[in-house]
Amino acid sequence: MLTRLAPSLAMLLLAGPILLGLTGTLLPAFGYLPALGGMHPTGEYLARLLQEPAIFHSALMSFAAGLITAAVSLTVVMLFVGGWAGTRLFSRVLHLVSPLLSVPHAAAAFGLAFLVAPSGMIARFISPELTGWTRPPDVLILHDAMGLTMMAGLVIKEIPFLFLVTLAALPQIRLAETRALAASLGYGRVAGFLFGLWPQLYPQIRLAVFAVVAFSSSVVDVATILGPTSPAPLAVRLLGWMNDPDLSMRYLASAGAMLQLIVTAAALGAWTLVERICAALRDSFAAAGKRLRRDHAIRIAAFAAMTLSATVVIAGLGTLAVWSVAGLWQFPHALPKDFTLKSWIAAGPRILSPLTTTLVVAFFSTLLAVALTLLCLAREDEKGRKVRRGTMLLFYLPLLVPQAAFLFGLQLFFILTNSAASIVALVFAHFIFVMPYVFLSLSDPWRAFDRRYDAIAAGLGKGAWVRLLRVRLPMLTRAILTAAAVGFAVSIGQYLPTVLIGAGRLTTITSEAVALASGGNRRVIGVYAFLQMVLPALGFLVATLVPALLFRRFRAMRV
Amino acid sequence: MKTALVTALVFLFLAAAAPAQDIDVKAWDAVVEKARGETVYFNAWGGSESINAYLEWAGEELRERYGVKLVHVKVDDTANAVTKVVAEKAAGKDEGGTVDLIWINGENFASMKRQDLLMSPGWAEDLPNWQYVDVENKPTIRTDFTIPVEGLESPWGMAKLVFFYDSARTDAASLPENADELLEWAEANPGRFSYPQPPDFMGSSFLKQILAEKAEDQAVLQRPAEEADFEAVTEPLFAYLDKLNPLMWRGGKAFPQNYPAMKQLLADSELDIIFAFNPSEASSAIANQELPDTVRSFTFPGGTLANTHFVTVPYNATARAGALVTANFLLSPEAQARKQDPKYWGDPTVLALSKLDDKDRALFEAINLGVATLGPDELGPAIDEPHPSWMERIEEEWKRRYGVGN
Repeated sequence: MLTRLAPSLAMLLLAGPILLGLTGTLLPAFGYLPALGGMHPTGEYLARLLQEPAIFHSALMSFAAGLITAAVSLTVVMLFVGGWAGTRLFSRVLHLVSPLLSVPHAAAAFGLAFLVAPSGMIARFISPELTGWTRPPDVLILHDAMGLTMMAGLVIKEIPFLFLVTLAALPQIRLAETRALAASLGYGRVAGFLFGLWPQLYPQIRLAVFAVVAFSSSVVDVATILGPTSPAPLAVRLLGWMNDPDLSMRYLASAGAMLQLIVTAAALGAWTLVERICAALRDSFAAAGKRLRRDHAIRIAAFAAMTLSATVVIAGLGTLAVWSVAGLWQFPHALPKDFTLKSWIAAGPRILSPLTTTLVVAFFSTLLAVALTLLCLAREDEKGRKVRRGTMLLFYLPLLVPQAAFLFGLQLFFILTNSAASIVALVFAHFIFVMPYVFLSLSDPWRAFDRRYDAIAAGLGKGAWVRLLRVRLPMLTRAILTAAAVGFAVSIGQYLPTVLIGAGRLTTITSEAVALASGGNRRVIGVYAFLQMVLPALGFLVATLVPALLFRRFRAMRV
Repeated sequence: MKTALVTALVFLFLAAAAPAQDIDVKAWDAVVEKARGETVYFNAWGGSESINAYLEWAGEELRERYGVKLVHVKVDDTANAVTKVVAEKAAGKDEGGTVDLIWINGENFASMKRQDLLMSPGWAEDLPNWQYVDVENKPTIRTDFTIPVEGLESPWGMAKLVFFYDSARTDAASLPENADELLEWAEANPGRFSYPQPPDFMGSSFLKQILAEKAEDQAVLQRPAEEADFEAVTEPLFAYLDKLNPLMWRGGKAFPQNYPAMKQLLADSELDIIFAFNPSEASSAIANQELPDTVRSFTFPGGTLANTHFVTVPYNATARAGALVTANFLLSPEAQARKQDPKYWGDPTVLALSKLDDKDRALFEAINLGVATLGPDELGPAIDEPHPSWMERIEEEWKRRYGVGN
């Protein structure tokens, strides 16, 4: 009974809020918001939106950020996997990159900012010896008008994501055989991969790439920390209007959210065009018989790009950690003059409440997501077939629709039902974004489970529930805990849902950290961003330690 | 547990049932009695860690002494708190508002007073701790940006525009002594000066300082801008900025967001001269290891802007008694002395030391103002704040000329 309801429940809980939210956003955009006295449909607010200064500039920036981030990250991942899959170096890089998936976007962005700013860590390391700078150069790197730093900040986070998604899809293609075949026909590694394997691989990761396009074109936290300010990308300006105490600005914000929806849709549309052009290029290369045998340079470049992006994140996080305990630290010193725990002690009492909210919301949204995922998967077994593509799309839906576009409306709904800024509403809002990741990371190990254990248990006369609870779930402990750790990390990284549904009264480590960005107090930012990075890591630590303890007497269950 | 719950419910019920009116500040004991158990939502700028920490201390003391719970609602611009009250008034929410106390001065006070958004009649001069306030020597306590205060806000601290530089990098003899010299200095040191992007309060204050120095007729600034020829009066200001902006940090294409960001830039030696409204800000930053101990202060001998900042209670505040108790506590010699100590905040007191008893005066005398703080006699003459209407127009004009987008 429970399992039969699960898929519909999942659909209701994921698609429901999105549809509800989109409606709640679209109606005010056309002037319908009875709570504020807007009863009659009007195009006035859309017209006002178009008159906002530099609005098209903002929209274009968001559009470009979506496409460029996805193109760069995907190219790096594609060439690296093509050039190195199956080598020992590949698994080394994998160990370097995979933990980075759990680092929240905001923390990575802060790390990058601390690294590349004119007074940042890189400039400190090479000054004054190499550059002769005794003081930072007067150049605009952070908040640059083209948004290049912002895109870099997105790329370093999207590379690990796309890499791990690609990795999950790899076992479904015949890598070694095809590679041997391509090599025997005289193709270089990369060319053989691109011509022979990529066409099978890409459809499996396509939704994830779409998610990257959608996310990058509508991101708020990274754009606040690194993005241009005059004008800011569209989503940042929307949030400003939404948070304006002058409530009539909500109409404008809703109209802007509609524009955001159009921009993201346009970016996705443009991406499908890019796909076609690239496919045509590939075909013409293949048809022309290009074998690209000397692809050494490409392989090295791909490897360098991959390690560079990982190193940047790690070095950035390291810099954050140092700032959080820094005393006086002047340019161009590579290390602070003295160290102090003052920032931690000062922030301690202030951090307690956001920390509690963070943990409570992450715990319950993950719990809900894991439970529902397990039920959905159990139902899948009962029916004996994999979820259809349409259902997959449903799970990706929260990642494809720009957050601002439906969270505005959802917030309105919570306000009308008097549940805004309640912990339940916040758990629910986080759940929408946690569920897809939990489902995606749990479904593969679930499907890979050896059914014969089930058969044996059934043969011993055990019913379905007993088999599930006594055999399958314990054996899948490791996979379930890992999926939970992924969900936990996703929840901790959520910015926009926290700001909008928490309405400023419920704050998390992430929302506080981003709010601190404008003050530029690096020590305090260091403390918050460090916590942001540590919490997901703790989740993964639990996911590693608990199975190890649980299974210490079961040899076959050890890794 | 159960009893606590019941008590809480009863309190909630009482709080909801009690009429918001009938507060008599003169019957102080009754106010204190009524305040017990109230939660005061204090909307105050939250951009400075030391101020936030000070308010946490105040909250702790208020809870222990008066049973008042102080919640610091961190706003990045006081205008937002004002807009909140405006929105509530527009929605007919004349009672049970969400803002109980606002940290305020100047333009925002003028705007709230004009729109009748303040709790009236005047209450500040009836607070028990008003007796210590230095009304005689600090005229800005009763006249806020040319607007008569009339007890509608309670003074909290004094502000005077001072500049900071790092004596290890910059020669004290080269420092500018007025706006014109600042421009010359910027020409000689391109990229080493900036001001926070208006409408940030510090950035706007810098514009006012320049306006006050460059305007032909000072008297016209004390009257509403509508009565004067705005373009003619501000022409020298914008001519000045047209010259200054390209000489600034990042060529004037980007601005620090606020004072703390500017302070970080001084520490990174990106900027050479920064400024603040709080004379002991530099000492307090040195104490917090945010600035090197070679940082020193200077001011313009011809005078810099000076004003007072206040706390006020909106007309529809929910916890009025709690807000009054908080305002009175913030005015107490103990709270004022801690506020003046650069270890905690370093904001100058509004009290007259001569009016305090020996014990309280000792609290102030024990404070080490720090190496980087100018003594009261070194701060130079005070320039009066212009009428608030000037600021509004100038901020708009600034945005039109130099600020793209939002």
